Amino acid sequence: MKVRLDEKSGHYGSGMPALDRLLWRIHMDLPLMLALVLLSAVGLFILYSASGENIQTLYRQATRIGLGLTAMFFMAQISPQSWKRWTPRVYITGIILLVAVIIFGDTSKGAQRWLDLGLIKFQPSELMKLALPMMVAWFLSEKPLPPRMRNLLVCTVIIIVPVVMVAKQPDLGTSLLIAAAGLFTLYLAGLNLRLLMASLVGAGVMAYPVWEYVLRDYQKQRIMTFLNPENDPLGSGYHIIQSKIAVGSGGVYGKGWLNGTQSQLDFLPERNTDFIFAVFTEEFGFIGAILLFTLYLFVILRGLYIAVQAQDTYSRLLAGSLSLTFFVYVFVNTGMVIGLLPVVGVPLPLVSYGGTSIVTLMASFGLLMSIHTHRKLLSP
Amino acid sequence: MPRYSRQQLKDHFAEARQFLNRTILALILIAIFTGTTITRLVYLQVIENPHYTTLSDDNRVKITPITPTRGLIYDRNGVILAENLPSYRLEIIPEQAGNMDALLEQLATLVEINDDHIKRFQKALKRKRSFQATPLRFLLSDEEVARIAAIQHRLPGVRITADLTRHYPLGSPLAHVVGYMSRIDERDLKRVDNTNYSASTHIGKTGIEKHYEDVLHGQVGLQQVETNAQGRVMRILNKTPPVPGKNLHLTLDTNLQKLAEELFNSERGSLVAIDPNNGEILAMVSTPGFDPNAFVNGISHVDYNKLREDPAQPLYNRTLLGRYPPGSIIKPFIGLVGLQSRVTNEHHELFCPGYYLLEGEERKFRDWKKTGHGIVDLDQAIAQSCDVYFYDLALNLGIDRIAPFLFNFGFGQLTGIDMPVENAGLLPSREWKRATRGQAWYPGETLNTGIGQGFLLSTPLQLASATATLAMRGKRVQPHLLRHIEQEPVSPESSYLLPGVSDVSRHHWDYIIKSMEHVVSHHQGTAKYIHTDQYDIAGKTGTAQVFGIKQEEKYEAEKIVKRLHDHALFIGFAPVRKPRIAVAVIVENGGSGGRVASPIVGQLIKRYMQDSSS
Repeated sequence: MKVRLDEKSGHYGSGMPALDRLLWRIHMDLPLMLALVLLSAVGLFILYSASGENIQTLYRQATRIGLGLTAMFFMAQISPQSWKRWTPRVYITGIILLVAVIIFGDTSKGAQRWLDLGLIKFQPSELMKLALPMMVAWFLSEKPLPPRMRNLLVCTVIIIVPVVMVAKQPDLGTSLLIAAAGLFTLYLAGLNLRLLMASLVGAGVMAYPVWEYVLRDYQKQRIMTFLNPENDPLGSGYHIIQSKIAVGSGGVYGKGWLNGTQSQLDFLPERNTDFIFAVFTEEFGFIGAILLFTLYLFVILRGLYIAVQAQDTYSRLLAGSLSLTFFVYVFVNTGMVIGLLPVVGVPLPLVSYGGTSIVTLMASFGLLMSIHTHRKLLSP
Repeated sequence: MPRYSRQQLKDHFAEARQFLNRTILALILIAIFTGTTITRLVYLQVIENPHYTTLSDDNRVKITPITPTRGLIYDRNGVILAENLPSYRLEIIPEQAGNMDALLEQLATLVEINDDHIKRFQKALKRKRSFQATPLRFLLSDEEVARIAAIQHRLPGVRITADLTRHYPLGSPLAHVVGYMSRIDERDLKRVDNTNYSASTHIGKTGIEKHYEDVLHGQVGLQQVETNAQGRVMRILNKTPPVPGKNLHLTLDTNLQKLAEELFNSERGSLVAIDPNNGEILAMVSTPGFDPNAFVNGISHVDYNKLREDPAQPLYNRTLLGRYPPGSIIKPFIGLVGLQSRVTNEHHELFCPGYYLLEGEERKFRDWKKTGHGIVDLDQAIAQSCDVYFYDLALNLGIDRIAPFLFNFGFGQLTGIDMPVENAGLLPSREWKRATRGQAWYPGETLNTGIGQGFLLSTPLQLASATATLAMRGKRVQPHLLRHIEQEPVSPESSYLLPGVSDVSRHHWDYIIKSMEHVVSHHQGTAKYIHTDQYDIAGKTGTAQVFGIKQEEKYEAEKIVKRLHDHALFIGFAPVRKPRIAVAVIVENGGSGGRVASPIVGQLIKRYMQDSSS
């Protein structure tokens, strides 16, 4: 039974067995890679329009995608067992770097997120997006599952420490994503659902002191604006209103590539980055949005499939958590653009311009591929 | 190997199954969240799409108005009185200009730029966006335009723009009639349709420019443009061209108008010449005039105060607003009511000793001629302007017969001229005095009214209109300045007809007009200086007192400051049998109506007769 299952996954897409086998040997997963390259291509395509046909922007983004694919390839070459061994060290490094940000960090736009390493600027919070689920998965993989209370408390500490440090930077979006990654690992490990519900309610109660003492004014403003954007049309609400106009005016078929008036005439703010989904839906309409969602869902389903196929607890938990976090990315970003969720700085994965997020995301898919291609197959 | 032993406690199969369960639950949640997102997209993009499309269009589509070209104003012979001239202004587009200070320095070597210009430019700069042109200098001279144009390729961001500025080529003589335009202010905005004026910067403030503002202005054009979030125009989507204002043709004769101003020889006063047949105003001046062009582009405070504080009051339109006692000019009208009501007749004679005594009053009513006129009849009383005859006549008539009769000639009424303001003058009556002063009417006041003094006041336009009515033997036509509007039907002459003076017999008209002819032709006539053999002129002189002189005191012009001199008046029309022109003139503090005012009318009639016969 196990043999058939492995065979099936190893020869996915029977149309190109030779290429498939070749990619397998270099630890690449063809379906996932195809979907990621397609997404990146769509991203470049829409970025060309959003940036006002700026070739420079396109080059820089393409460079990042290249860098991301390289990172993915690198991550995939290392076996999950090795990654598992290094996990505590990676996590500790991440925590140290977050402390370093607090001490030496570069302040940009009122938030301290960057660490200047001379040649490149680096966001340790990005590293934590991988390090945290790795750490939780590592910790739980040694323990009997579902996790006992004592282990849960340890996990909570593992999660809370980096999340609070990132939130204080302040980077609400990233801290949310890191927290989600940790929670997903716990959830997949079989955390008691009632306990999960109770802790979510507890988090709701905890939200008050967080609102009072942790959140900065602009973050509070974002949440307030989300609740009633029309209240302040020229202030913070402007983003959401203009974004909804862009999406809504796109209609079923869209205004056409390079023809979105909201984006081309500068009405849409942050259109290269957080609000690029609005540009996409304005120009490609509802049909375009459905196609884009199909691509994203394919990536997520493939990731979950890899997780289910994984051969040990660490791999399984890590792969599942990374895939679910990826969904959170997509859902939070699109939800914010269409006015379902508050404006938190979460980019549309692989499509939004800039940041280190593309590299981190590609690296996480590298981990997935590593998990998938380093399995011991009975018939290779 | 404690680790291994611990792992053996784990149930791998159960763990994998639990993981699968959790994954399936996660998939269900993913489906729900994705479904929510897609539902939201359906709501925004399908259901609410028309709403958001409207909002999107509101965002990008702006409507910019286009100024209509203002109608021109011509005189009756096609001479242009108000035109639109291109004027050039120098503008800078900051985002293209680069180093602003260096550029300004360079421009200062080419055109005149003073600190004031720079200060205003800097102020305007702050209000505009960097891609919007900001004006630095207005009204560039042709030479300055040429100097900039020659090296414009080396001046990025510098631009010369032409727009149309109102210009009055004849200036001062027509300033009061044609009026002027100036920048729209808040008061103007309250009375005009703001949409129609959205692109206009100027509006008619006085005279014809104001009265015919609606006709001259035209309809604003609209241009739909697509703009970006900063308001920069990206392209034109749709255009409704403006409807230009209509051209006006006035009844004025520029030659007469200019001559009239010259004849005043910088004295203060006013002249109105009317074609009595149709009410067309041939000339209408108020002196001194001013340069209307100074107002178009904003007159400086210094210049404006100079005009306002000038004791000669150049900005004051004497023709329509000046209220003057008509003086002896009233006599033919009093004579006419005397004849019509049979209080006097052609044969009635009276001895004039130089004064008149009124029963119950101690003071003497003096004649202007201290020695008296001797025995005079009505004809000679008009020709020689005997006051005593008219004291007597007025007393016998009574104010109740005089006032309604004068009213029919237009005294005390607005003439209805097509100008923005005019004064109705004052026609006193028993009721008027009771209503305004709460006093009874005294016979002495009737005497004063009989020689055009006392309460009676009229504007020069009213005098000209009454003269025209007299010349036409009672046919009264509303004086007007508009001959026709281009592209519009000409209003028929009958539309200007007013109820005139109908109950005077032809015989009486002839008698009074004959006596007015004697004013000019008789050797003792008060306006004998303007007599000519070529055509007959009927007229009447007037000298209106400004300064009350005491009994037994002689009026000696030399001893009194000029400001207190009498106003000199004259009315006249020609030719007597078929009148073609009726004129009224007043020279403020001019002194004698015969010597000062009548020659002006004489010259004007002469010119008109020459021009119209050739």
